Amino acid sequence: MQEQVRAKAIELLQSGTCDRILGWKTGEFFYDVTPAVFTTVEEIEKDLVYNAFCGANFSKYLIAESRKGGKIGAFLKPCDTYSFQQLLKEHRIWRENTYIVGLSCPGMCDMDKIREAGIKGVTGGDFTGETLSFETLYGQQEIAREAVLAERCKFCKSKKLVIFDELLGEQGEERETGRFDEVERLEAMTAEERFAFWQQELSKCIRCNACRNVCPACSCEKCVFDNPKSGVENKAAANSFEEQLFHVIRAFHVAGRCTDCGECSRVCPQHIPLHLLNRKFIKDINEIYGPYQAGADPDTRPPLLNFNQGDPEPKRGDVG
Amino acid sequence: MQRIGVFVCWCGSNIAATVDVEAVAEALSHEAGVVFSTNYQYMCSQAGQELIQDTIREQKLTGVVICSCSPRMHENTFRKTCERAGINPYMVEIANIREQCSWIHKDKAVGTEKAIILGRAAIAKVLLNAPLTAGTSPVVKRALVIGGGIAGIQTALDIADAGFPVDIVEKEPTIGGKMTQIDKTFPTLDCAACILTPKMVDAAQNENIKIYAYSQVEAVKGFVGNFTVTIRRKARYVDETKCTGCGLCTEKCPQKKVPNAFNLGLDTRRAIYIPFAQAVPKIATIDADYCTMLKTGKCGVCSKVCTAGAIDYKQQDTLVEEQYGAIVVATGYNPIKLDQFDEFAYSQSPDVVTSLELERLMNAAGPTGGTLLRPSDKTHPHTLVFVQCVGSRCDGGEKGKPYCSKICCMYTAKHAMLIREKYPDTEVYVFYIDVRTPGKNFDEFYRRAVEEYGVHYIKGMVGKVTPQNGKLYVQAADLLGGQQLKIEADMVVLAAAIEPDKSARPLATMLTASMDTNDFFTEAHPKLRPVESPTAGIFLSGACQGPKDIPETVAQAGAAASKVIGLLVKDHLTCNPCVAESNELMCNGCSACEKVCPYGAISYIDKDFRGPGRTTLKRRVAQVNPAVCQGCGACTVACPSGAMDLKGFSNAQIMAEVDAICK
Repeated sequence: MQEQVRAKAIELLQSGTCDRILGWKTGEFFYDVTPAVFTTVEEIEKDLVYNAFCGANFSKYLIAESRKGGKIGAFLKPCDTYSFQQLLKEHRIWRENTYIVGLSCPGMCDMDKIREAGIKGVTGGDFTGETLSFETLYGQQEIAREAVLAERCKFCKSKKLVIFDELLGEQGEERETGRFDEVERLEAMTAEERFAFWQQELSKCIRCNACRNVCPACSCEKCVFDNPKSGVENKAAANSFEEQLFHVIRAFHVAGRCTDCGECSRVCPQHIPLHLLNRKFIKDINEIYGPYQAGADPDTRPPLLNFNQGDPEPKRGDVG
Repeated sequence: MQRIGVFVCWCGSNIAATVDVEAVAEALSHEAGVVFSTNYQYMCSQAGQELIQDTIREQKLTGVVICSCSPRMHENTFRKTCERAGINPYMVEIANIREQCSWIHKDKAVGTEKAIILGRAAIAKVLLNAPLTAGTSPVVKRALVIGGGIAGIQTALDIADAGFPVDIVEKEPTIGGKMTQIDKTFPTLDCAACILTPKMVDAAQNENIKIYAYSQVEAVKGFVGNFTVTIRRKARYVDETKCTGCGLCTEKCPQKKVPNAFNLGLDTRRAIYIPFAQAVPKIATIDADYCTMLKTGKCGVCSKVCTAGAIDYKQQDTLVEEQYGAIVVATGYNPIKLDQFDEFAYSQSPDVVTSLELERLMNAAGPTGGTLLRPSDKTHPHTLVFVQCVGSRCDGGEKGKPYCSKICCMYTAKHAMLIREKYPDTEVYVFYIDVRTPGKNFDEFYRRAVEEYGVHYIKGMVGKVTPQNGKLYVQAADLLGGQQLKIEADMVVLAAAIEPDKSARPLATMLTASMDTNDFFTEAHPKLRPVESPTAGIFLSGACQGPKDIPETVAQAGAAASKVIGLLVKDHLTCNPCVAESNELMCNGCSACEKVCPYGAISYIDKDFRGPGRTTLKRRVAQVNPAVCQGCGACTVACPSGAMDLKGFSNAQIMAEVDAICK
């Protein structure tokens, strides 16, 4: 697949379809793959990768990239296309300046799980296939991609590419993988247990803002946390409770717009399961207003920005 | 720094009895920004207002807080008072220490404490107030009346007589409404058609009235003084400009088995029809559900017989867009469906009829030519049983309505009397819970039915009606006589409850006009503003607002017209300056606000902004049309970045109030 991606990127540049290509590039470590903009064939041949560590969702980058003039080509995985379409719905991306290559995705891997599986001292390897092979200080080691999938990919909601100009690989289907099981487990807790759980998790927050900065739904021109007039601006936290409210406020802000791409939890250096906050909102919206998936189509009005005569009035205690 | 004056009103003993006004004034005098604080017996009185004005001048006040009754009562009074003394009217805040404090507390200490807190919140808010200036918007001098029954016709006639153009939208092929189906009217027993049809003709002939019959309101945009309404003119398949109303087509149409809706299905009509002889406009309409030509493409008889060449099988619905300054809702009522009341055998026997069906059975233009005959065998009935309150005054249960339908006692007395007058050989029984006949000459009318016409009024409800061998066996309780009755009746007449027309609910949504749980339109004030909806520019006429008889409907129709005329004579309306405003530097252009705006006040433009390094950035930003915005604030909560704010009720002001309360 990586070779196809590289060939496509080169073709798009050479044919003049695109002026720049947004793709993945290996960073400091092999598992540390970062987004990069490629403008030459040489760069692509040297650096562009598509392997088990290409988790980064490019859709948010396209807000700025689509406004820079010229055409930006971007590779989007199925979950990324939901974010992209959601941003289009919000008029944040200039569609005419983008060219989207939809990529089928076998699921991305979690380095922690690989380490847990006993693979250490990695010096190189091939991470593009169904089986990942590692060259380590202790010899050659192999592991199935399926066994070390990132949490969000294990509970992948959809392999369907909802928007693209061109398809690379095969179109997939929506899936039912029980992504709300964990939310249900939290709902089953008593209020005290749940509060303790979140306090425990959120108290780990170092307020690095990585979750906000990576989140495609967090794309405001000026974030409320950066706005002194909002009353909740970024400041030295008086106590850990204020830090926790940061996440609660953020979850409210993205409610109804979050596509459940899971980037927040991926980038969290403290491994806080932030996606569960958003998933709780998604679950509640589904239950109160009927099934809705943000970004799944260009037209459906988001339930939280729509009023119907039949809208239920959620009563206290209706939702967990 | 602002200089704020606080004025605490006693409202006689209304406030002073449960709030220590002196303590409130004293406590509030220590708040930041307050330079003067006092209390007075009646702040809204001439002397009270002068006290405020003198203080504004002497103390050079920049803001005023008045602790008094609800702002719905005297906010305007105090704004004008302050404006006359030279400060902007929007620098006035009211702390409601009457409805929200003194009236709901018994303990004076608690009431006083709360009054101080409410005063503190108002001071916190006024510190962030900015002077606002109201703009004006022009008034389109044309009114729309939705519904062409007696209510709509009367309102339209009155508005037209005052010289303003008015359009009537009626969903049926003719105006006239329910009153066209009624035989006689109480308490004078004059013929309904005889008094209604002249008004229908007046409406048709009035130069200021335009009738859109067989049409429906499709969409409403805009605001008071400036509504844009889309009207769907349903296809009649007959060219209105050519049809002469001769009726030849309605005689020759081979499709004879169409239930006649005008006679409530008691007889049949053709697929092309004119509802009744005095229809306005008198134009034929093809019923697309039954027309053979429209369904199969084979027939075309009406087209062949029409000498005017008016038949047009290819006619389509058309949409008309019109501007109006005011809208009157006159959507009327319907009897409820009786499928949940099977104990009365309505669906089992054709001889069990509703009162409105009885009107048709007694009407000269009805299916029996005015002779009362049993629908089943067309024989003369000798014993008739009337059942009152069928579906009315049903509380708690799933069937029926909780309210009194108001008109049934009177029309049943009318029916009983008319039958006894015309057919003295009949026995007429009326079963009632209560007889409610207040009104001019109404109770006398009912007494006449009992005393002069010998109608048997029995307090008690009918339990069951059983059709057997061509008879209806009625089992009932006589509560005053304390016995069970079994009556062998020929006909049973049910006084079905009335409910608002089904078109009212979606219309209310389009108009953003509020309704009660029974789908009757809510008035702006049940006593003092009974013909206005709380939504500015929307007025209420007739039974859409609550059950009404004809005299009441006509009176209300005239009242609604006078309110409309009062609006249309103005050239401009003062706008509310407390409208939303978008901070373009923060706006993402995401359209969340546009989606939630119920008034369509928000639009978007692509605008150039200065970027870093002498660059220009094009960004999509929201713009609010202040004339359309009603200041509801829905956009301010939908905006993810806080770019939308409401002037006079900014997020910062509300937070300041909350902080002051929680201090």
